[in-house]
Amino acid sequence: MRAVAASAPRSRGSATLWLGLLLVGLHVAVALLTLVWTPYDPTALTGGRLAPPSWEHWAGTDRLGRDFFTQIMIGSRIALIVGISAVAIGGLIGVTLGVLAAFATRLLDDALAATLDILIAFPTLLIAMLVVAASDTASLGTAILALGIALSAIVARLTRILAKRVLLMDYITAARTSGTSRIGVVFQHVLPNIWPTLSVNFALQFGLAVIAEASLSYLGLGAPPPNASWGRLLQEAQGTVYTAPIGAIAPGIALVSLVIGVNLLADGLRDIGDPTRRASR
Amino acid sequence: MRRPRSILTYLLRRFAILLLSLLIAAVVLFVLLRLLPGDPANALLGVGATEAQIAAARTQVGSDQPLLTQFVSFVGNLARFDLGTSFVSKASVLGEIGNRLSVTVPLTILGFLLAIAIALPLGIIAAVKADRWYGAAISIVSQLGIAIPVFWLGILIVTIFAINLRLFPSGGFPLKGWTSFGEAAVALALPVLTVALVIAASLLRYVRSATQDVIGSDYIRTARALGSGFTEALLRHGVRNGAVPVISILGIELATTFLGAVVVEKVFALPGLGSMLLLAIQQRDYPNVQGVLFISTLLVLLIGFAADLLQRFIDPRLRGRAGAP
Repeated sequence: MRAVAASAPRSRGSATLWLGLLLVGLHVAVALLTLVWTPYDPTALTGGRLAPPSWEHWAGTDRLGRDFFTQIMIGSRIALIVGISAVAIGGLIGVTLGVLAAFATRLLDDALAATLDILIAFPTLLIAMLVVAASDTASLGTAILALGIALSAIVARLTRILAKRVLLMDYITAARTSGTSRIGVVFQHVLPNIWPTLSVNFALQFGLAVIAEASLSYLGLGAPPPNASWGRLLQEAQGTVYTAPIGAIAPGIALVSLVIGVNLLADGLRDIGDPTRRASR
Repeated sequence: MRRPRSILTYLLRRFAILLLSLLIAAVVLFVLLRLLPGDPANALLGVGATEAQIAAARTQVGSDQPLLTQFVSFVGNLARFDLGTSFVSKASVLGEIGNRLSVTVPLTILGFLLAIAIALPLGIIAAVKADRWYGAAISIVSQLGIAIPVFWLGILIVTIFAINLRLFPSGGFPLKGWTSFGEAAVALALPVLTVALVIAASLLRYVRSATQDVIGSDYIRTARALGSGFTEALLRHGVRNGAVPVISILGIELATTFLGAVVVEKVFALPGLGSMLLLAIQQRDYPNVQGVLFISTLLVLLIGFAADLLQRFIDPRLRGRAGAP
């Protein structure tokens, strides 16, 4: 059973990677396209209100008569910006804290670990809600910062565990005895060694950030119009789901396809980086 | 080698950690509330308040005291469960939280139980029958499940069951609460289903991987070599071993569900703890924000405490170890 499982997923592993690349690539292409061209002006009233899908309006129009497909396309751009920036912020804060904790004295490390354990129990969305509450105005920047801070706890916790494992290795002792400074050890040994695992995790965090941003926008705490966040589109469409069901479906499909794409990409990358996991996938 | 600790020592240690975590949470909460924009006193007053009114309000809220004094009285109040009164409704925060919990707790627990009922058998099947089409299908559906935001799943479920099939109300909760039991139960049906499907998707993946670990383990091979059937070996040795990692995940999932209820409550317009927090944030009603966060943190830590105890009870190997989380 084990042997069969080990040989089969090789093809599945690369299929996972390719499907992930395809989905993510599609969103990236659409996002780049919206910078230079969209089917309609996203704010222009181009048709009847809540029109059903047609050749002119692939996903119909919203309650003001704006082209819905255009807004969904712009949603790709917003989602990618939010996901990448939030992971960058969360990664920077999280990795720094995690490495510091790994080097810290026992007491400080324990305190940090306990704090992180508490923060982890709170969903990304809830922490982000509070950060948004703590800032005066709702904007795309606030939402990104809030999500970045929320993600940093997860990254810090993972980094701390991974870095501690690396610091126990003999080559670290060797490097330290041969005169490498602590900072040198971090950049020459710790970060390169934990990077493969971290980067896979960042891909998963990206998906989390995209979902959390959509949820924030759905709750009315995200980026204000004219930022066409998928979450806000869905929130607006919920009220008219009876007359125009397409509005409550299409942005969701866009969102799920991006998140699945990134998750598959992460799975595929992990399978490449760590052959032992192939058997268990 | 450490000598094995008695249950009592362990309980005391774990309890001390619980108290310490609560203290850390109080510090985080205190700092967070000080970060909120403006003086809490402002929320009590309208625009154009006089200097004297502002000073009076600051004395009332206590924001004119030194930080350390504020912190000590803050912790003292929390320890006595004195959560104050809402700026907006002037109602007791604790009383309001109690009302809201009567919606959120049943929603969380029922959704959670339904999720276990779905995820446990499906996760085991997905692992044991990974080479069959339905095993693979379960894995693919769960992959889809973790990518779906709760609120969208909720909207889809409302569209199908409330608007197209007209089987359940699309949202709301009876004003009289659980005294109109039938209505309340019907109102919770779709929210519970939504919560359950979301948890089930992520839980299923853990159950599947725990089962895979069990199947590939040496003790199952040994048991089979000694003449046990596959199912018998799985039941006698696998369940207990597989349960240990799953229980710690269950604890985290339960906590996450409880805290994540805010989105589901918004989709179905339920008057739960999450919608109380959302409203309090929008109205800058600090006593309510603080109260909800404190009670939520307390419940989350208690869940973690319970999960640790349960894990230790199931796995005797953990009993010799220190109880640090």
